[in-house]
Amino acid sequence: MDHPVSITVARYIVLLPLIGATINFLAGSWLQKTFGKRAISFVGCGVVVLAFILAVRTFFAMLAMAPENRFLLDDLWRWIDVGGLNLEVAFWLDPLSMVMTLIITGIGGLIHIYSTGYMHDDESYWRFFGWLNLFTFAMLVLVLGDNLWLMFVGWEGVGLCSFALIGFWYKVLANTTAGNKAFIVNRVGDWAFVIALYSLFMALGNVGHPTLVTREIAKYAPLLAGMPGYLGMTMVTFVTLLMFAGATGKSAQIPLYVWLPDAMAGPTPVSALIHAATMVTAGIYMVARLNFLFSMAPATMTVVAVVGGLTALFAATVGIAQNDIKKVLAYSTVSQLGYMFAAVGVGAYAAGVFHLMTHAFFKACLFLGSGSVIHAMGGEQDMRKMGALRHKMPITFITFLAATLAISGVPPFAGFMSKDEIIWQAFAHGHTVVWALLLIGAAITVFYMFRQVYMTFFGEFRGTHEQEHHLHESPPSMAYVLIVLGALSVVGGLVKIPDFIATYKPFEEFLEPVFASGPTRAVMEAGIHSHSLEAAFGFVTFTMVVLGWLAADFMYRQQTVDPERFSQAFGGVVYEWVLNKYYVDELYDFAVVRPYQASCRALAWIDANIIDGIVNLAAALTVLGAWLSGLFDAYIVDGLVNAASLVTLDVGGRLRRLQTGSINGYLYGILAAVMVILLVRAMLHA
Amino acid sequence: MGGGIGLNHFLLLSLIIFSLGMVCVLTRRNAIGILMGVELILNSANINYLAFAHYGGAKYDGQVFAIFVIMLAAAEAVIGLAVVLAIYQNFKTIDVDATETLSG
Amino acid sequence: MNHALTLITFIPIAGMVVVLALPQAMKDICKWIAAAATAVQLLIAIWLYRSFDTATTAIQFAEKHDWIPSYHITYFMGVDGISISMVLLTALICFISVFASFSITRAEKAYYALLLMLDAGMMGVFVSLDFFLFYIFWEVMLLPMYFLIGIWGGPRREYAAIKFFLYTLLGSVLILLAMLGLYYYGAQSTFDMTVLASNASHYSTTFQRIVWIALFIGFAIKIPAFPFHTWLPDAHVEAPTAISVILAGVLLKMGTYGILRVNFAILPEATHQLAWLFLGVIGTINIVYGAMCAMAQTDYKKLIAYSSISHMGYVMLGCASFTAAGINGAVLQMFNHGTVTAMLFILVGVIYDRAHHREIAGFGGLAQQMPLYAGMTGFAFFAGMGLPGMSAFISEVLVLIGAWQTHPLMTVFGAATAILTAGYLLWTYQRIYLGPFNEKYAGYADLTFREAFTLVPLAIIVLILGVYPHAVLGLLNTSLVHLNQIVLSTPGPAVALLH
Repeated sequence: MDHPVSITVARYIVLLPLIGATINFLAGSWLQKTFGKRAISFVGCGVVVLAFILAVRTFFAMLAMAPENRFLLDDLWRWIDVGGLNLEVAFWLDPLSMVMTLIITGIGGLIHIYSTGYMHDDESYWRFFGWLNLFTFAMLVLVLGDNLWLMFVGWEGVGLCSFALIGFWYKVLANTTAGNKAFIVNRVGDWAFVIALYSLFMALGNVGHPTLVTREIAKYAPLLAGMPGYLGMTMVTFVTLLMFAGATGKSAQIPLYVWLPDAMAGPTPVSALIHAATMVTAGIYMVARLNFLFSMAPATMTVVAVVGGLTALFAATVGIAQNDIKKVLAYSTVSQLGYMFAAVGVGAYAAGVFHLMTHAFFKACLFLGSGSVIHAMGGEQDMRKMGALRHKMPITFITFLAATLAISGVPPFAGFMSKDEIIWQAFAHGHTVVWALLLIGAAITVFYMFRQVYMTFFGEFRGTHEQEHHLHESPPSMAYVLIVLGALSVVGGLVKIPDFIATYKPFEEFLEPVFASGPTRAVMEAGIHSHSLEAAFGFVTFTMVVLGWLAADFMYRQQTVDPERFSQAFGGVVYEWVLNKYYVDELYDFAVVRPYQASCRALAWIDANIIDGIVNLAAALTVLGAWLSGLFDAYIVDGLVNAASLVTLDVGGRLRRLQTGSINGYLYGILAAVMVILLVRAMLHA
Repeated sequence: MGGGIGLNHFLLLSLIIFSLGMVCVLTRRNAIGILMGVELILNSANINYLAFAHYGGAKYDGQVFAIFVIMLAAAEAVIGLAVVLAIYQNFKTIDVDATETLSG
Repeated sequence: MNHALTLITFIPIAGMVVVLALPQAMKDICKWIAAAATAVQLLIAIWLYRSFDTATTAIQFAEKHDWIPSYHITYFMGVDGISISMVLLTALICFISVFASFSITRAEKAYYALLLMLDAGMMGVFVSLDFFLFYIFWEVMLLPMYFLIGIWGGPRREYAAIKFFLYTLLGSVLILLAMLGLYYYGAQSTFDMTVLASNASHYSTTFQRIVWIALFIGFAIKIPAFPFHTWLPDAHVEAPTAISVILAGVLLKMGTYGILRVNFAILPEATHQLAWLFLGVIGTINIVYGAMCAMAQTDYKKLIAYSSISHMGYVMLGCASFTAAGINGAVLQMFNHGTVTAMLFILVGVIYDRAHHREIAGFGGLAQQMPLYAGMTGFAFFAGMGLPGMSAFISEVLVLIGAWQTHPLMTVFGAATAILTAGYLLWTYQRIYLGPFNEKYAGYADLTFREAFTLVPLAIIVLILGVYPHAVLGLLNTSLVHLNQIVLSTPGPAVALLH
């Protein structure tokens, strides 16, 4: 791991989708007009499929290597080199990012193909594929970035694409509001995340190794043990806690999950790709990637596990009461992400990543299946208006059912392998509370999923006559994708079979080198190792699954129990709360958004009236001073001058009488004056 | 004063002529009359110069001054008459009381 | 090219003379002369950029001649890592703004003459190393700006122009007094900034602090730092598009440039002691306050003006960090803000030229009518939000990663503002470009070729600096690290507050 093998294939995997996005954005409009939507499909799907082929080739190449050598580095160029912060644009392929790359390009490629059918009638077809390609690129940067800042580039990049795709149908204002909400809520998480990176960088700098390159952090992380951080925590706890806070934003956990249900405003393939299979798992990927740090912070691990468990149960309960086919799946996604966090939180990193993968299979299948239903229903998403669709849409029904069984954890479907493992690991690592939360959550999951299946595919059709007339199976591009994903939901979990059945776990072994650091090994190996106990707990879990299914079956298929009875319990208050998602949106609106907007308005008012008022007052005072000074000048300074002239005038006026104009008068005057002078002289001399 | 005519006689004559001139200047309304009065005053001064020159120790100083005064009087008469003519042209009279336009 | 800096400064003046000499009938040629002058300037700037030696802290391309020897005033020009990026930015923004001015149809001759004079003044500020010369250019730039706002501005242009002029003049007076203080109380009577910097320790601590604060207020008005910022929204709202571009793109940077060039280099000790309060705290207030005020604006252009205030706060915070990353980030942010905000103001101008109003609430759904325009605005908005992959991300991250090491609490607020920025920009974008189409705007033309020509180069620079920031950082690093070392070598603040 100190000397990663140098490769160049990663850059092509990453750049192919970017090339697709560039073509679609710059020339897509023209291509679509000139060559039709086929050209766009060709470019948009082609680049991702090609990337997938490269990824598979790389995967097999990696399998051929010794496990301890499976660290590949594709170094492109020096990105930032300032103040000890030396970052490369480089891609890091190890087993973990390999798995993610396969999921992103594989599931992503399938969803691209599905979209050619689903979005076929949209005029902005090129724009859709441009964003979808860009998303794939950003997601690949996220998982392949060799340093945390490059990871963050992808992290925010997928946020941008998510924003743009949620609000893809931007003519409806509500869609764009959902996009804004997603982006802003994610930024709240990112706030914590970047501060974690600042602290980590500084902490590593303090021990003489300023770096944010992931593999170097892994090397120097042990030096951070015991270093004090902020707010009374150790540095590692502080950093990991903030990173997890960032993950709650991106991966929709309590308390920042609120954006994900709204994000269903986007086209259904987007919900499948971004808001189920890939982007929302970024948080789990990040925790797994930085397992060496998280393992050093038991307090953070507990927080992760408990938040994961709480979210798993909480979101599942909200899922019970939703009537929108996609909203149910959205809350289900939040809930399943909770399972993954619970897994990594208790130290079962491999189990978390495993569930991430199987979830990508079955949740993509469920979303695309729901998309197929919505497509057939002409845009209708309310399950109360559906029913009996299994006859008209057999492929959709069968694949949807397979995925439902998978998410329910019915053996041997994919979800059983991963979810059962998580629930057991929670108990085995001593997190009994988390275990209980996950167990109840599992039962509820089965309930709301079968509720959905029964409401959508069984019973009587409850929509309009026109809708019924138009019902049809989806076109091949969509149907084949459903079949592939349905098949993956069935067999995709066979790469790791529970220990009490057989010792076959190539998936876990493949990932092992990633989780090789000392603290991680300690955390993973702690707890109970008993196959018989594991089998017993597996049975308990399965009992809960059956109970959940029975409840759904009674209420929504056989209809021997009226769900109304439950919704009216406790005077309907509980049902109201669940139906309205516990009023969390309203709470945020009331406690955060409105006060913030009000304080903004207040500040703007202060700015315009008080701060600028002071400036204007200063100006006004200057003008007043000038006016007063003008008065002084006009009446005092100039007044003195005028007074002098007035006095002169007055005296002159009086004196002018002497000027008679009569020569005789003057002469008499002269004579008199001479006489007086002579007289005075004479008197003086006398 | 050994009989005969002495300095005092001249001074007396001069005084009489000066007084006549002064009265003439002060009382006349006619500008020409005033000019004539001025001539009398000047000439009374001339008599004084000559008398003091004759009886005093100075040689020809008095005569020189007298000639100056005569020249000056001539010049004065010219300018004075010109002024009078100008006044006449403006006022159609040479009565000085009629020309009190400078009165304040 | 021994006189490259003289040339780059006075080329616009030559252009101005030609424009003024033209007969009134040939006024259409004025804009092409202005374009040619700024194009030559840009080429020289690129030449400077290519020949700049990034490995040294020395003054490069220096020119020094006696000017007024009896007062030791010299004609001293030169660039180092602090100013070279600003020279590049000035040349670029001026070139772009000439093309953004083509919509001006009144008294073009005078307009372009003043624009070129403004260009020369700004360029002169960035290349002068004699304090006196610096001050002259500082004042030279004021006058054309006053007329450009006061004659070609909006309805309240006179109010805005006078406010701008008087406010800046107030700052200039303080700078003048500080300059004279440095001259008369220095180890030797000189205006040479390099000499003043080498004699920094000669001044008494109290004197340093007083002069520092006077200089700070002078420069802070230009940045503009809270609470001296209120002239900016008014000036922007009234100024014509191209002038807003220059104002936000270049003029604001003169404030922070002055702080680095004068406060940091000449008064390092006072800087070390006072920066946490004046640059750190006020910078943080700028960041948060600007963003919150922007949120509440109803005028599109005023909103962008407040966002400028917010973004300039990062520059101040980065300077206050006294870390290599922070101070590099600060100067990079100056450059990046220049390009991004220029785009934003051009984009506001595009819709104002068509709709003749800027009330955000009056728009809606413009993306349907003007998709290119909406796309370009989206790009600029996300650039403004510091989206990774774009230039502003790098600079904000460097500022904050640096600031975290000295001022964690301020950094927390600075980083939180990324949320607020996303809030007001996305909300604005939604209200103007998304949602149902307002039929009032049917028939509006999308971006014209000329408008696209002003925007695309900036967009390309934003992208390039996002993935290869070294293109600018390489210029800065050596000089800024050196400057930072000088400041750090002085005694620090007695009380380490807010740590």
